[in-house]
Amino acid sequence: MSALSDLAEQVREANRTQTPLVLRGGGSKDFVGRSPHGEVLDLRGHAGIVAYEPTELVVTARCGTTLSHLQAELAARGQWLAFEPPSFGEHATVGGMVAAGLAGPARAAAGAVRDFVLGVRMMDAQGEVLEFGGQVMKNVAGFDLSRLQAGAMGILGPILDVSLKVLPLPQASVTMQFVLGQAEALSQVNRWSARPLPISASLWHDGCLSLRLSGAAGAVAAAVASLGGDRLDTAAAAALWLGVREQRHRFFQAEAPLWRLSVPSTAPVFDLAGDTIFEWGGAQRWWHSAPGDDATERVRALAQTVGGHATLFRGGDRAGSVFQPLSPATRTLHERLKDTLDPARIFNRGRMYADF
Amino acid sequence: MTEPALHPALNGLGFLRRAELISRLRARLPAAAVLHEPEDTTPYECDGLSAYRQRPMLVVLPATEDEVGFVLRECHALGVAVVARGAGTGLSGGALPLADGVLLSLARLNRVLSIDPLARVARVQPGVRNLAVSEAAAVHGLYYAPDPSSQIACTIGGNVAENSGGVHCLKYGLTVHNVMRLAGFTADGQPIELGAESLDVAGLDLLALVVGSEGMLAVVTEVSLRLIPRPQVARCIMASFATVESAGDAVAAVIGAGIIAAGLELMDQPAVKAVEQFVHAGYDLDAAAILLCESDGTTEEVENEIEHMASVLRAAGATAIRVSDSEAERQRFWAGRKAAFPAVGRISPDYYCMDGTIPRKRLAEVLRFIGEAERRYGLRCPNVFHAGDGNLHPLILFDANDPDQLARTEAFAADVLEKCVQVGGTITGEHGVGIEKINQMCVQFAPAELAAFRAVRRAFDPDERLNPGKNIPSLHRCAEYGRQHVGGGRLPFPDLPRF
Ligand SMILES: Cc1cc2nc3c(=O)[nH]c(=O)nc-3n(C[C@H](O)[C@H](O)[C@H](O)COP(=O)(O)OP(=O)(O)OC[C@H]3O[C@@H](n4cnc5c(N)ncnc54)[C@H](O)[C@@H]3O)c2cc1C
Repeated sequence: MSALSDLAEQVREANRTQTPLVLRGGGSKDFVGRSPHGEVLDLRGHAGIVAYEPTELVVTARCGTTLSHLQAELAARGQWLAFEPPSFGEHATVGGMVAAGLAGPARAAAGAVRDFVLGVRMMDAQGEVLEFGGQVMKNVAGFDLSRLQAGAMGILGPILDVSLKVLPLPQASVTMQFVLGQAEALSQVNRWSARPLPISASLWHDGCLSLRLSGAAGAVAAAVASLGGDRLDTAAAAALWLGVREQRHRFFQAEAPLWRLSVPSTAPVFDLAGDTIFEWGGAQRWWHSAPGDDATERVRALAQTVGGHATLFRGGDRAGSVFQPLSPATRTLHERLKDTLDPARIFNRGRMYADF
Repeated sequence: MTEPALHPALNGLGFLRRAELISRLRARLPAAAVLHEPEDTTPYECDGLSAYRQRPMLVVLPATEDEVGFVLRECHALGVAVVARGAGTGLSGGALPLADGVLLSLARLNRVLSIDPLARVARVQPGVRNLAVSEAAAVHGLYYAPDPSSQIACTIGGNVAENSGGVHCLKYGLTVHNVMRLAGFTADGQPIELGAESLDVAGLDLLALVVGSEGMLAVVTEVSLRLIPRPQVARCIMASFATVESAGDAVAAVIGAGIIAAGLELMDQPAVKAVEQFVHAGYDLDAAAILLCESDGTTEEVENEIEHMASVLRAAGATAIRVSDSEAERQRFWAGRKAAFPAVGRISPDYYCMDGTIPRKRLAEVLRFIGEAERRYGLRCPNVFHAGDGNLHPLILFDANDPDQLARTEAFAADVLEKCVQVGGTITGEHGVGIEKINQMCVQFAPAELAAFRAVRRAFDPDERLNPGKNIPSLHRCAEYGRQHVGGGRLPFPDLPRF
């Protein structure tokens, strides 16, 4: 029996007995979202790259393929996943990467996971395989259920295969640093982003703004000349961006609960005591709440007043409300969508919000 | 075909319902915003796919967001279906009215509400024309990247509904990549807001689901668009090729060389000839195909990239290469491509534009298939092609006054779309399914997939009152159409490793 028919069998059985399933690849993102509970549906067996055409800029991989394997195959052909997904561990899989929907330092410049999803094959609660989107760049036939899977935390069912748009690796990359306070850094990085500069990542921490410029060598050199600042050597720059992407940077070492505030890039500095860091030109801000301080309401309110949202990313109460609550209208849509694909609510129930 | 004075659906009860709806709407909207006389409703009887026509029961032209909500609530209360309409340039009949429904024009919601140059966001109403956004942002050195060829006329609401693309979308993305937030109403007139001016939201990415949903999930009344800095310079190469195949191979060579061109477009000789007569862009009339290949960025970057592109194109067999050396010349190169549809419209009484997408490596095979179909059906078919992303626009030339030609055209188009699915592509890259390609949906999707679409639709619109009858065929319809799902792109043994 193939891995796929085993999976289908397990799903059908769970659906029949209404047993919640925890969809799991490498388990590297078990900490993301609300704590998983249920029987594990191990997706590692459905692995391998199905098709890769560098000149079509498309790769199709099975969900259990490790992210590191995929990245190595792409790198061998001078390409990459331009949204720089974090792996959070060597066992991370492609399916988990898409389901978690997390992008790395390049997000503001390159786009999110969903911007690179071209198609998926997935399984519904009846164990039936459904295919949406495709292996081509443009496809508007039917509703876009493939992009909807990015960041869905598995609540719509297992992603079996995914087709992703890939891009050539940038020719050159240089990181420049500037001594600036947070407010100054925010306005400076927004002003620079409104100019045609090849900014591919930004990070502010502890009085220092780091700016990565990537692309054609000529464009990078011209930008370096016009912006000034101090140039970080290549090895240190690579370590910096990797450290932020994988949250190994010293800011992330603190034990306290970690909050992620996703806000418009121009939102002002938040009145939050303690260490903070921002990425994505100001659109992604990280903050540690003090241990024991239930900051939930405060952080949520701050994010919401500027039109953003806050997530309890690590630590804290993983059985509580991890993601910003939905508006009643949006919540109804979520529940109805969940029920169309998974009426018994077996897939990752409670991983995103308590009752679905 | 002469239409009966009153559609059968409007007899008896239907007629009363119509009178009731008119009086309820007039209670709040000015008379000029509720049209029901045939001379007023006829201009709305079709969109850009004029082979299908239907006068709507009523045309309603709200001027504010609140009025849109009001109209939807009244229609909902009386069980009347609603079809939203922007500029009516759609090419798949998405805005085709219903005889017993309301045609809801968003054309009066046409204000650019705000432009934030620092955050690089434009808030606009749905009736704003695509090009007007870039015009409004130009003073800040910013623009809105997706540029459908219809951009002087088509609206942002229509772009959102179709997930429209343009000639620059390989590098800058489609509508879905450039919309941050939508506000609007579901079919029952309840307000909803999807997406945000942050880079993501909590929960499912419903914004991505609603973009491209052909006006069937929500009526959009406000959109936040991402603006990007206008590149310092752009230059365009026009390269000639002796065969269409070699032009197709050259596209793969450019991408294989690690170049993401700002635009990468292919036209075959019949298309070039039609366009040249019309626009005088200076195209090479002897070439079997021409490629337009654009680079944008900083001056240094563009200079290097153009050199790189030119050498790749030469190595791939280009017989002639011209590089635009002024902005006016670059505009002229593009003017021809952007005017391709109207130009073809001048050499034939009618043309039928297809929109399949294929994996680029299958281009030669698909063009050969189209060539054979031209002979089989006795109809000509020039080709323009968003080569960078595999999106074909074969244009079948015909005369709609000849019923036999119309029938042959439809059969020709169906064959081409099914071929696209068979080679692993899709029946529509950017124009949408609408009413036009609804039968081919039965070929591209299996019954369980169509059932999932329908369920998604019902999650937003349980009574199926927004744009019913478009996009998602019923299983009954598929059974009648009689052509089976061909499992596009599915490998014969999907579980065997092949890498
Ligand atoms: C000459 C020509 C060239 C073209 N070139 C391109 C091209 O390069 N790329 C491309 O992608 N398309 C192209 N098109 C197709 C067309 O212009 C696009 O599909 C466009 O987005 C339609 O916009 P519209 O305002 O005319 O929408 P309409 O035709 O009025 O409506 C299209 C669909 O959108 C829905 N809709 C409209 N407004 C709303 C709203 N506010 N809320 C919800 N639903 C709504 C309608 O119900 C309908 O289903 C071209 C068309 C022509 C005639």
